[in-house]
Order: sequence, then C-alpha cells, then structure tokens
Amino acid sequence: MKELVVISGKGGTGKTSLTAAFASLAKGMVLCDADVDAADLHLLMAPEIIERHDFQGGHKAIINPEKCLRCGLCRDLCRWSAIDEDFIVSHLDCEGCGVCVYFCPEEAIDFPLSTCGEWFISRTRFGPMVHARLGIAEENSGRLVTVVRQQAAKLAEEQKLDLILTDGPPGIGCPVIASIGTASAVLIVVEPTLSGKHDMMRVAELAGQFRIPAMVCVNKSDLNPDETGAIEDLARGKGIEVLPGVPFDPVFTKAMVQGQTLLEYDPRSESALRVSRIWERIAERLQINQA
Amino acid sequence: MIISVASGKGGTGKTTVATNLAASVGGKVLLMDCDVEEPNAHLFLNPVFESTRTVTTPVPEIDEEKCTRCGKCAEICQFRALVVLGQTVLSFENLCHSCGGCEMVCPVKAIRWKERGLGTIRKGRRNGLEFVDGQLRIGEAMSPPLIREVRAQTAAEGLTIIDAPPGTSCPVIAAMKGADFVLLVTEPTPFGLHDLKLALGAVRMLGIPCGLVINRSDIGYGKVKEYAREESLPVLMEIPFDRGIAEAYSRGELLSENMPGWKEKFMELYRRIDSLVKREKSS
Repeated sequence: MKELVVISGKGGTGKTSLTAAFASLAKGMVLCDADVDAADLHLLMAPEIIERHDFQGGHKAIINPEKCLRCGLCRDLCRWSAIDEDFIVSHLDCEGCGVCVYFCPEEAIDFPLSTCGEWFISRTRFGPMVHARLGIAEENSGRLVTVVRQQAAKLAEEQKLDLILTDGPPGIGCPVIASIGTASAVLIVVEPTLSGKHDMMRVAELAGQFRIPAMVCVNKSDLNPDETGAIEDLARGKGIEVLPGVPFDPVFTKAMVQGQTLLEYDPRSESALRVSRIWERIAERLQINQA
Repeated sequence: MIISVASGKGGTGKTTVATNLAASVGGKVLLMDCDVEEPNAHLFLNPVFESTRTVTTPVPEIDEEKCTRCGKCAEICQFRALVVLGQTVLSFENLCHSCGGCEMVCPVKAIRWKERGLGTIRKGRRNGLEFVDGQLRIGEAMSPPLIREVRAQTAAEGLTIIDAPPGTSCPVIAAMKGADFVLLVTEPTPFGLHDLKLALGAVRMLGIPCGLVINRSDIGYGKVKEYAREESLPVLMEIPFDRGIAEAYSRGELLSENMPGWKEKFMELYRRIDSLVKREKSS
C-alpha cells in the first residue's frame, strides 16, 4: 500500500485543488484529509458520511467549587496561568498536564477526557474518504491527524485498495509532522513567489529529516517564471524530483465554485491535461498500477 | 493597540495585508510575524536585523544514579514523554510540554532539566518600523510556546500588527489572544468562505472585535459578502485580482511602495479599524 501526502509549507498554494484533481484520476484509492484544522477537501468531494466518531484529544482540568478551599496551590503550580483568581480553569489555556489534579490536597479537580473534534468515514464518487473536524480553538491536531491516517490505512487494507491520497496541512509544525511520517512520498505544491520558495525549502528540509522522498510541483508557474526556475533548481539541488508546472488558470476557481474537480469541470482544458501528466508521473514514481 | 491579521485558510493574503498596513500607517509601529512555522513578513520588509536569540523550553533528563524507577514521573506525564522500561526511564523530549509535573512528583530529586530548542526570535527595524519574528526550528512540533515568546515582545505603546498563522487551532489562538482587533483576510471562494466561518468562530470565542478584508475580490462568487452581511462583519477593504499585484507579491514587493494609491488605501483601512476599536471601547 502506498500513501502520497500533498503538502506545501505555505498555505493556499493549491494543495486541495490538486489533490481533488488527482482523486478524479486515481484508481483504487482511499482519500484522506489530514488538514483537520481547516479541512476543505470535503467541499469538492461531497462525502456521504457513513461513520461518525468523537475525537478525544486529551484531558482538561475542571475545579469543583464545592470541594475547593481556595488554597491557591494549583495556581502556583500551573505553568500556563490557566486558573484565575476565582479558581476557574480557562479551557483555552489549560494544557491538560494534570499537575493541579495530582497535587490538589482536597481532590477538588476533575480531569475528564475532552472531546475536541470528530472524524468520519464517508463515501464519495471517487471512493472512500476519511476526514475530520477539529473543534475551533482546540489542541492536539497532530493526534487527530494520526487517527485519520490510521483509519485511512485500515480502510485501504480492508478494501484491498493500493493507494491513500492524503491532503496535508500547511506549515511545518505538529500536524504536518503527524501527516508525513511513514508516507511513501510527499508532493510539495509551491507557488512561484519569494514566500513560496522560502516555505518550500523549510518543508522540504522537514521531509528530508523524516527521510520521506519528495516531489515538487510549481502551481501558477507562469506568474513569475524566474522564481519558478529558481525553485526548480533548488529542488533538484536537494535531490527532489521536479514535476511539470501548472500555469495560472482561473478554471481551478471556477471548478471549486461548482463543487467539482478540475477534471470534472473541464477535462479538456490545458490545465487538466497538465495535471493528468503529473498524475501519470506520480503513479510511475510510486509504482502503483493505474491501468 | 494590537491588530492581529488572521485567516483560517492559508494563502489568502494575511502577510500582504499585515506588511502593507505596517508600512503605511506611520508613527510608532511594530510588525510581529507570529506565523513561526512559515514566517514570510521579513521577505517583504527586508528589515535590518539587530538581534537573534534562541528560544528553548526545559525538558527532563533522568539522573540514573538517583532514580529508583518508581514510575511516578511516567504516571503523571500526560504527554507520554517519560516511560519506564525495565531498569531505565526513557525521556522522549520532543513530546514534553514542560509542565514540570515529573520534577514535582519525583521523591528522590532525580529529574534534571536541559533545554530543547524551539526556534529563534529575530528583532530588527526598517526605517521607522520595528520588526520581530519567530522561526520554528525545523522538526519542532510545538509552535505555541514560541509564538507566546514572540508575543511577549509587544511594545507597551504604539501600534503592534501581528501576522498570524493560518488555521483555527492553538497556534492561531496564541497569535490572536489579547489583541484589540482581529482583521480577517479571505478570498471569495468556497474554501475561503468555509475557513472564514471557522476563523470567525474562533474570534467570537475570544470576544475580540473584527473586520474583513476580501482579497482577489473579483474572482469567485458573491457568497462571502452575503455571509459578512448576515454576520454583521464589516468589509473594510477589497483587493481585486490584478496580475500586476500578484507579480509584485511574487517578487516580495510592497503594494504600498510600488503601486500608486495603495498606501492611501491601507491608511484608510487603519483609520476604519481605529474607529471601530474606539467605538468598541466607548460602548
């Protein structure tokens, strides 16, 4: 079983639009949305939810005012200043470390598991999909990413599907680290800007630390041909395969507004042909049978 | 005053708005790049850096001579950073949140502390503008402690403009909390609208007044404006799609300095934010 994770470093470079276009082309695949913080792939996939599960990321402290003697020990020990003068724990600030719970002499602090999101197994017109929704302002996005990817792998095994296509999150922090570990390869989608180049280098280094083979695709490549060239040179210099670029094309936005993938909206467009060629090369590289 | 520029969806133009606003307003202004995973504001401002320092967080190290393998530290650790394995206690320092619980429970004082690097904080200036950013160490998972450290550099007076990371989870909260105003930036597409709803939810949870900038405002559809109207979210600025703007951005150029009329537009944006904040404070 192979897993391709689409990442970018910088947000908004076209990860989800490209992932969706690949979903139109790939055969025998489980779709996985690992951008649990601001998930968008479902907007193009119109998933029909079959299973829904709560995600419990960690514990949160709650002080029972009837038992609390206001001794103040918890406030002294808390490294997050999460307990106010009225001995109320701020849900937003509580890190879930449990130190206050352990040391409270009155055992006045409860420490329930906190539900901080949901994950789903769904059916889409392209195959099964695992996705999630992290609650607003919640923590533990990395753990939820891990759950979603594990479920996608389980589903692929059960249904004997060879490929997991994962839409990753932006950045290089906890959710990205959770998204790329054990992947067969990552595709880094870059825009030809100074920011895009800067961010690609950081995420490429992260992939290198995890020894995950990387490929690069420059999206909107004609917007700045000099930067496109510079990015492709830098990638090659790091031993990263450079895939054909995709020119700026409003057809991506038009497809998105219709809730369609590029290949559904306009399969004959120049961009659709480009994306098809890119997918062929990725399939070859991953050695997955797409016949 | 602190203005945090946030978005939900990545790549909508947070950095464009934050840097141009900072460069246009004049007076005592600090631009603070809190997108520590992928900080980009410096590429547009080219500040002269005056200092760089490493930010660390304490993580435990076990003194094997003193440790009795009682397992109390592993028991209190909620992050599975300490594990008793046979005759030894393993410390997975990358998982440690530095709560200090292990040291507090250890009956034989076998916990020593060493430092894990989170990243660096750079300070600089460009003409009259002060600049600070954080850069997360590549491979480090936890960005909120570094963001909080960047936030600690907030000037006591004058205007602080924060370039926030994308998303709506803990790093974004760390970049918005305590701000006087959140300026949300979106694009008028289904992805932009969906993530705007999440971002607005986070801002409302924090109870901070906010307004909207619509970038590439003529590409996509009209539902973002409809939504803003329904939610009484004031649209403070629209930036149309213009290949010239996109190309200038790609070269790391500020609109306010390279395209006529934009400095005035960003000054007007600031005036509108300022009057919204004043109205909020007087009510």
